[in-house]
This record gives sequence, structure tokens and C-alpha cells, in this order.
Amino acid sequence: MKWLNFVFILSLGKDKIIFVTKEDHETPSSAELIADDPNDPYEDHGLILPNGDINWNCPCLGGMASGPCGEQFKSAFSCFHYSKEEVKGSDCIEEFRTMQECMQRFPELYPQEEDEDPQSKDAVTPSSDTLLTDQQPAAS
Amino acid sequence: MRPPLSKELWFSDDPNVKETLRFKQWNGKEKEVTLNIYFQPLSFYVSPQDLPYVENGGVAVLNGRKVVHMDARGNKVRLDDGSEISYEKCLVATGGTPRNLPSIERAGEEVNKRTTLFRKIEDFKSLETISRDVKSITIIGGGFLGSELACALGRRAQETSLEVNQIFPEMGNMGKILPEYLSNWTTEKVKKEGVNVMPDSVVKSVNYENGRLSIKLKDGRMVKTDHIVAAVGLEPNVELAKSGGLEVDSDFGGFRVNSELQARSNIWVAGDAACFYDIKLGRRRVEHHDHAVVSGRLAGENMTGANKPYWHQSMFWSDLGPYVGYEAIGIVDSSLPTVGVFAKATAKDTPKAATEESGTGIRSESETEATASGVGISTKAVSTLNTPQQGDDYGKGVIFYLRDKVIVGVILWNVFNRMPIARKIIKDGEEHADLNEVAKLFNIHDD
Repeated sequence: MKWLNFVFILSLGKDKIIFVTKEDHETPSSAELIADDPNDPYEDHGLILPNGDINWNCPCLGGMASGPCGEQFKSAFSCFHYSKEEVKGSDCIEEFRTMQECMQRFPELYPQEEDEDPQSKDAVTPSSDTLLTDQQPAAS
Repeated sequence: MRPPLSKELWFSDDPNVKETLRFKQWNGKEKEVTLNIYFQPLSFYVSPQDLPYVENGGVAVLNGRKVVHMDARGNKVRLDDGSEISYEKCLVATGGTPRNLPSIERAGEEVNKRTTLFRKIEDFKSLETISRDVKSITIIGGGFLGSELACALGRRAQETSLEVNQIFPEMGNMGKILPEYLSNWTTEKVKKEGVNVMPDSVVKSVNYENGRLSIKLKDGRMVKTDHIVAAVGLEPNVELAKSGGLEVDSDFGGFRVNSELQARSNIWVAGDAACFYDIKLGRRRVEHHDHAVVSGRLAGENMTGANKPYWHQSMFWSDLGPYVGYEAIGIVDSSLPTVGVFAKATAKDTPKAATEESGTGIRSESETEATASGVGISTKAVSTLNTPQQGDDYGKGVIFYLRDKVIVGVILWNVFNRMPIARKIIKDGEEHADLNEVAKLFNIHDD
């Protein structure tokens, strides 16, 4: 008799215990999850909200939209996001300079060196955001 | 943040950790960080004097002052020096104060001088010193704080002659959270950490005699010790309820707020002090770090017009020495029915014959039909099953807490980084026919 082939179930009063081997759990789960509603008004969305607006609460922004340079960041990021120039963002130099100047005043919050990963494991760097790659979000 | 005060800071190799407050985070990153009790680095904040002049606004912290009166109609609060601060929207995040045991409170000055109610940086510093100076420390309380501190001090006890006792009324560590079998198993692990664990023990009185403390238990036993750490829960700070006309919840304590964390017009409450309505799980009050973050953020969004209910479930984590670490979400209450799915240590394990178990009423069950995976089930196999108390059977797994057959809480036991799956299952709020199939979603055998 091969022990691997059995799922063990114990019942201790109201508490039930199941022991499983790796093999037991190799087959796909048949448990059904409800498909996420892309328009769920309460759920955290990605960088762009269903209505097309930028989601400043997106964890992918690493908290950059709040804090002492939050407004400067938002101004630069929106300019870039909505830029229609051939070189995207080339009309946003002023906004980015203002943001950089602000960030330089807070080296602890906006470290210049890339010596750490963004704090969130599922953080997504905004894909269109080439101008921001030299700035890492402050760890919290 | 407070969690390192009972976790990482105790495992630092730095003899000056009391001063530096530097520690290595356990979650993989080797980099040392300095404990910051604030949520952001200090340069994030502006001074209260400068706040009115900062162009885009900011966050200022006024230290050393206490709000003593709230005028909810007039939208202003009064401080202990008589000055007033007016607001448009106010967030109350007053947290809580550690409880003491009545038997210690009435025991007099000598006993209270030798008792730590652990909550602050100063408490860490003083207990760190005490743990090097005394022969015996007794922790009263079997919950998160008591059990974490017991393990931290227990490790120290292995290197020195320190004796560490832990006393609590439940039958095992974390007995209000973990199902009984897992609580018992955890207690064995805590004992291995060098802690003299005394479950099923209620303190009757404490006396100071001949330079030591004697703790008398209800059953007559006596424990001699030099210092007590009372980790018996938190009392939410609700002094402002009276002047502010805010309701205090009679069951859970704390300011009673709605699902959007609002107490009254212009007043919201977040963190430990908020007794809120979770639209999925009902009325709750939560005392954990991540809840402070999640509820604070939600209150802030709602104070600026989001009108969002409590939706994103907060999580919490605890670590008890090197063998037990877990993360949890939702309602994890040991009085609920649970289903635990654990990885067998290795595929080659051969179950030993079951031994007679006293009192727990173990009986074997089998599923009557093969699962979709074709895994065979046999009652005969189950009858020869090893009893869980004997081995390392609870090394790794997932535990579901059920209310009306729906999963309302999940513990990830030595399984990490799967919280989004648990959060999704709770959010769905669906009844699942086979929780073993749900457990598969967590890949408990990986990493």
C-alpha cells in the first residue's frame, strides 16, 4: 500500500485536520473563485481607473503621490501621462524639474541611489514612465 | 511601527541595541533598519508652526500635548494647556493603553515597580536591561504579545541563567486564536525555546517578600520570580467619548463607527480605538499594525470624500521563535469551527499506529468520494493515522475559520506571501464544498 495516495482527515471536535502530500495537491484546484469585477468601485485598481483617470492611490506609485513632493509628482506624472508630443513628455521638462528640486530637499524620503527594491512585492513600475526610473519610492 | 519591539529587536546581536534600536528585518532583506515609531521617516512631517504656510499642505505632529475636550458641534478640540485647534474633518486615532491585572494593581508599590506593561520603546529598553539583571522573569498572558516576548526572552534564557515563566488561563499558547491542537503544538515549541510555560493558570494574588515576587495561582501553586511582564490586552483610549458625544461599543470597546469609519459628521476613527462595521464580516475591533495602516488610509480617503466602506481586509503576523511564523486575515477566533490543511513533512513518511489519545475524542473521517484529482481515500488508512501531537505534522499549512460554513478567517502557518489569495476567498464569501480544494490554491508545499 502506498501512503502517498491517501488524504488523511482527522476530526477533533469542531476542528478538522487534513494532511496532504505534495502529490495530493499537484492537480489543479476545483475550488471556484468569483471573477473580479473590473468596475468594483471599492477595489484597488491599477494605475488607470476604469474612467481613464490616473489612480493616485495605486500601490505601484510607491506612495509618491503623497508626502512633501506629492503635488509636484502628480503634476509631472500627469503631464507625462497625457503628453501628446512625439517624444512623450518632452513638454513636461518644467514639471519634472520642479519635482526633482523638491525631492532633492528630502533625500531621506527620495533616496538617489537604487539600493533597494520598491517595498511592495507586487508593485508594478508604471510602464510608460521612463523619466522616473532614476527615482525610487521611499520605503515605508 | 511597534511590532519589532516584541520581535526583531530581541534577536539583534548588537549589545547596544537599546540605544541604536537597529534590527534586521526577518522578511528576507538583510539590510538593517532603525526602529521608527512613526509611520514615515521624520523628514516627511512638517512642524506644527510651519503647517499653515506650507504651499500644498502637509502632516504635522504636535508632541507633548493631549486633547482633553472635543466640541463636535463647534468642530474644535481643546488641549491640556487650554489652547484650541479647529478642524474641518477630524480623525481620532487614540490607540489604547495596556491593561493591568487587578491582582497586580492592588498589590502595592513594590510589586508594581517590578511589573512591566509592555507597549512603548521605553518598555523595550527597560525590559532589555532587566532581563540581564534578574534571575527570573514571568510573563502573564498567552496571546500575541505574551507569547512573542516569552520566546524572545526564552532565547536569552538559553544563553544565560535567566528563568522565563509564562502563565495564562488558556490551555495553550494563542489559545484564543489557534484551534486547540495547534495551540498545544505551539506550546511545545515555545517550551523548546526555553520557556517554562504554565497553561491553565489564573493569577490570584501577587506579593513582594524577601526581595522577590510570589505569584499565587488560583489552584494554590506558587511561582517565585523577580519581574512580571503583564501582557493581558489593551484598553482602547476613549476618554473623548464623553465630551465629543461619541458612542463606545459595549461589546468590543472602542468608538463605534460605521462601515466608512465615521463616528459623527466630520469625525472618523481608525486603528485600535475604532470599533467598525466590516460589511463582509460584521462588527469588529482590530489591534494590529496593518489594521492601523489600512484603516488610517481608508479614513483619510473618506475624509476627503471617497465614501468607501471597509473593504480591503487588513492582515497580521506573528513569529514565535524560529519554528513558528504565521500570517492571518479576517476573523481568527478559536471558538469557530476550523479546517486545517497541513503538508505532510515528507512524502515518505509512514504513519505509525494511532495511540490512544486522552480526552480529545479523535476520530477519523474519510471523504466518501474520490476528488477530481483521483486521490484515493481509505478509511482503513486513516485508522492507522499518526496522532498529531507526536510529530512535526503541523510544520506548514493553511487553516480556515468558518462561520455558517463560509470562510471568515485564514491563517497561513509557516506559509508566506499568499495573502492575496486568502483575501480574495474572504471577499468572495462563498460556501466551498471541499476546503482541501481551496487549500490547493495556496501551494503549501512550495518554497
